Amino acid sequence: MFTIFGVPSAALFGQLLLGLINGSFYAILSLGLAVIFGLLNIINFAHGAQYMMGAFVAWMLLNYAGIGYWPALLLAPLLVGAFGVVLERVMISRLYKFDHLYGLLLTFGLALIIQGLFRNQYGVSGLPYGIPAELRGGQALGFMFLPNYRAWVVVASLVVCLVTWFVIEKTKLGAYLRAATENPTLVQAFGVNVPLMITLTYGFGVALAGFAGVLAAPIYSVNPNMGADLIIVVFAVVVIGGMGSILGSILTGFALGLVEGLTKVFYPEASATVIFVIMVLVLLVKPAGLFGRAT
Amino acid sequence: MAETATLSRPAAATLPAIDPGALLAVQNLEAWYGESHVLHGVSFDVRAGEVVTLLGRNGAGKTTTLKSIIGIMGKRTGSVRFGGEETIKMSSRSVARLGVGYVPEERGIFSSLSVKENLTLPPIIKPGGLTVDQIHELFPNLKERAGSQGTKLSGGEQQMLAIGRILRTGAKLLLLDEPTEGLAPVIVQQIGRTIERLKGQGFTIVLVEQNFRFAQTVADRHYVVEQGRVVDMIPNAELDANIDKLHTYLGV
Repeated sequence: MFTIFGVPSAALFGQLLLGLINGSFYAILSLGLAVIFGLLNIINFAHGAQYMMGAFVAWMLLNYAGIGYWPALLLAPLLVGAFGVVLERVMISRLYKFDHLYGLLLTFGLALIIQGLFRNQYGVSGLPYGIPAELRGGQALGFMFLPNYRAWVVVASLVVCLVTWFVIEKTKLGAYLRAATENPTLVQAFGVNVPLMITLTYGFGVALAGFAGVLAAPIYSVNPNMGADLIIVVFAVVVIGGMGSILGSILTGFALGLVEGLTKVFYPEASATVIFVIMVLVLLVKPAGLFGRAT
Repeated sequence: MAETATLSRPAAATLPAIDPGALLAVQNLEAWYGESHVLHGVSFDVRAGEVVTLLGRNGAGKTTTLKSIIGIMGKRTGSVRFGGEETIKMSSRSVARLGVGYVPEERGIFSSLSVKENLTLPPIIKPGGLTVDQIHELFPNLKERAGSQGTKLSGGEQQMLAIGRILRTGAKLLLLDEPTEGLAPVIVQQIGRTIERLKGQGFTIVLVEQNFRFAQTVADRHYVVEQGRVVDMIPNAELDANIDKLHTYLGV
């Protein structure tokens, strides 16, 4: 055991790890928001509720169907993503011709309804979801103890973020997405089915939230309010990173998780507000966000 | 059709009847931007393999006519038949899939895509399009700058990219909206040679132009658009004989 700036190393690294875990969720969630905002121009306020749904679907799969964590890691995002596809087709797609504000209001209302329904059914005390057997325990690293599941969360979210970034920035499919983000009318005039792309993109962004929900289930209790608590911070992350920037949302997500962790060590009183303070500063200096392009 | 045009100008009485069997037959096309009625019955036809221009002043409705043909105008009525098929109610996606390639006036190069990605973005719709190598041979600059950001190209190169990318798709009808606008004379000549080559390869081209001196070098026929109507048709061979009339139309 040693100390850094008078702080025991275990406490410092413990908080950094916690920050990295939070950062993992910030990154996946803000990435989903960025992808959706880029193409749909809609601020998806239902994102937190969809993250919560991912955790609940994993819990339901386990308790009602006996389906464990690993299949749920794939199934739950697919189911939540499919829910998103229906939502987009039935409701959101009717709002594209109106001001962005209506999309925001619709998704905000949906979030309240979804959370209310889950609260009615499952209460707010939270449901337990166990860590899968393969990832129980942890590694003693000397300077700190690293729980296996938490290491897995960081790795899994990094991989998902990087794969998403790669697909969007480096593949043909991503080129369609980037082009349609810039000029959907012209892409459609080339014979591309843009409405289908929009639907699937929304479904994908929602599935990312569902995936984050499954990852979160064994760490936080499965609770109807888990998304509402998190999403406010995620919106701050998105604003800091720059609305619609893919790489920006990933990097900002992880970085702000770490900043939050460090604040908990050195000035715990500010840990709940530090991200919002940064948001204010960034908005003052660079209103488009750190990675955003001014329009 | 001819009746509506007659009202605006006696010369229109000489307009030939629209051939419904032409590759592109536009009849009585009307279109609106919101409340504003901008096309008041455009009629013209283009036969397979022809290069036809739409000449006219700024705001006459040339660009709107192209947009209405490809299907990106919100409200439009009348008839646009392509290859015998009525397209007036189709989405732009369906029109494109019939084999229509569109180059917008603003060129529409995507800044978040590289030159190569821009070039290969429009999906292949029908067999018979040019290969990327053939397009590079047509526009060598695009090959050299394949890795650059699309919008980092010069204006002329962006125009080449905008034309090049629809040659791959197998589209048989190309709608080019002012491809020479704002370009240096040497680039304009290169675009002209390209249009000639494309015509030689069997492409059918509708060209929106303000510069009739350029149009004269590439086109078979010229339609004059005025206040949302086609008011005259001048075969290229008779352009010089009609130069005074044309000056009146274009206000030059």
